[in-house]
Amino acid sequence: MSFNETTIKNISKLARLHFPAEQEEKFTKDINSILNWVEELKEVNVDNIEPLVSVSMQEPQFRKDEVTTGELQNELMANAPESAHGFYVVPKMVE
Amino acid sequence: MTTNLVDLHISEALKLLDKKEISSVELTKAHLAEMEKARFLNAYITETPEIALEQAQLSDKKRASGEKIGRLEGIPIANKDLYCTKGIKTTAASKILSNFIPPYESTVTQNLKDAGTVMLGKVNTDQFAMGGSTMTSYFGVTKNPWTDENGEYNLVPGGSSGGSAAAVSAGLCMGATGSDTGGSIRQPASFCGITGIKPTYGRCSRYGIVAFSSSLDQAGPMARSVEDCALLLREMAGHDPKDSTVVNTPVPDYTAALTGDIKGKKIGIPKEYRSNDLNPEIAAAWDKGIELLKNAGAEIVEISLPHTKYALPVYYIIACAEASSNLARYDGVRYTTRVDGSSLDEMYENTRTDGFGPEVVRRILLGTFVLSAGFYDAYYTRAQRVRRLIYNDFITAFESVDAILAPAAPSTALSYEAMQNMSPVDTYLGDVFTTPASLAGVPSLALPITIAKNGLPIGLQVIGKHFDENTVFKVSGVLESLAGFDKKPHHVKG
Repeated sequence: MSFNETTIKNISKLARLHFPAEQEEKFTKDINSILNWVEELKEVNVDNIEPLVSVSMQEPQFRKDEVTTGELQNELMANAPESAHGFYVVPKMVE
Repeated sequence: MTTNLVDLHISEALKLLDKKEISSVELTKAHLAEMEKARFLNAYITETPEIALEQAQLSDKKRASGEKIGRLEGIPIANKDLYCTKGIKTTAASKILSNFIPPYESTVTQNLKDAGTVMLGKVNTDQFAMGGSTMTSYFGVTKNPWTDENGEYNLVPGGSSGGSAAAVSAGLCMGATGSDTGGSIRQPASFCGITGIKPTYGRCSRYGIVAFSSSLDQAGPMARSVEDCALLLREMAGHDPKDSTVVNTPVPDYTAALTGDIKGKKIGIPKEYRSNDLNPEIAAAWDKGIELLKNAGAEIVEISLPHTKYALPVYYIIACAEASSNLARYDGVRYTTRVDGSSLDEMYENTRTDGFGPEVVRRILLGTFVLSAGFYDAYYTRAQRVRRLIYNDFITAFESVDAILAPAAPSTALSYEAMQNMSPVDTYLGDVFTTPASLAGVPSLALPITIAKNGLPIGLQVIGKHFDENTVFKVSGVLESLAGFDKKPHHVKG
């Protein structure tokens, strides 16, 4: 089993999630069953096969780096759970 | 007026609007009334009747004054609640975005507005488009307008575009936007007896569509005929400076491809899709489709897509990896919902744990794991390598055929009970026929072909070459007219 009770704690931390123990157990079980299922990919010979990152048929297009939108500050802040003076407010990080 | 306005196809309604036999306000009101009657289906998350009527009135005025009108002027449609609509709540059917009001409009919905469509509201989906049943929606399940053998509304509409499929099937809109990452347009279309196309990756802009898996997500239309899908896709598609993966080539008039002539077209039948455990009724429906195309003068060719069996595991690794990255932005700072904590990290954790449903969490965890140090190459990079082999399978196959015919889903619509008792892996197996085309980025259209013994529709899919939606529409149009599928869901028959 590559995914155990230590892994779930590390991965949850990385993903900024946290669960009570019984849920951790359930997710560990689910993810192990998915990982067992994807094991069959190991039987494929992928020597000299380049990873396919995108199926887009064209090279990424560059645009001029210029302002096209204008004053969006208030509109964007309208969705913030907490804002002040046009800035996002977050819990204090430095004492 | 004997015609039931909510039964009309878009193509028919456009003619009646042109002849001034009906107005957009009449058409819109008929749909709003139907939506009210069918609230028990829970197809819509947000209904926008005021906006719809205002747009319809404006549309009628434009038509009357002889002003230049859009190609879909006055046609009422619904948008999947994954598309950002300016000033209108866009939830992705999640708790974490349950109050999100976008300050901008997605390119695809803007294109449809510019074409003159009227928006009836935002329809349900699986949470963040993750699922095949709409059961993962924070706003409750959508019911399939087709009933089970006892006449009960116990069946899932499929997903993730299940709200779109149910609304189109039940006459609660004339067409709808869907999105397809691994089958999310084609499987619900099949479950609800309607038509839907996932175009080529790069055909429609993803700008303003809540991101799930950026290398796979693609917008597409769902409607009650092949022609209606062709009409909608023409407006939805096109170059967009805001999404650099969209090709800068003209969008053809797809309806021009509906000539009914497929003589000499080579249709591939992938032998790997016909496994021993293929449901015999699905196999028979597939055979029926093959027979119809043969009768229309197409040449049927057996082909091989040798890496088909690996498509599902590749899909779930790549889609979850990209999802874990895309969903990192929901952090309690920018998007409406926050659950406080004593530190910044604790606030992030509390917000995210509270805001995401279990299927989303499962995919974030899996995605984070396959991207984590020590496992990245073994899972993520390997999946991308196998993805290339799957892609190459299609490129090779299309050297000898013009299109591919395959089942759209391994079963008819399942019951809630059946879905609830499935393990995550079992539910993922429902995408077996749809994920290969997604991974290859090729277009694929699902349409209803026949009715199973249990009274439910069975769909097939027509898969085409990259950017050759024309052939997909052409073959699908022939299949549609020869199959003559005219069954209506229980809800519509009354």
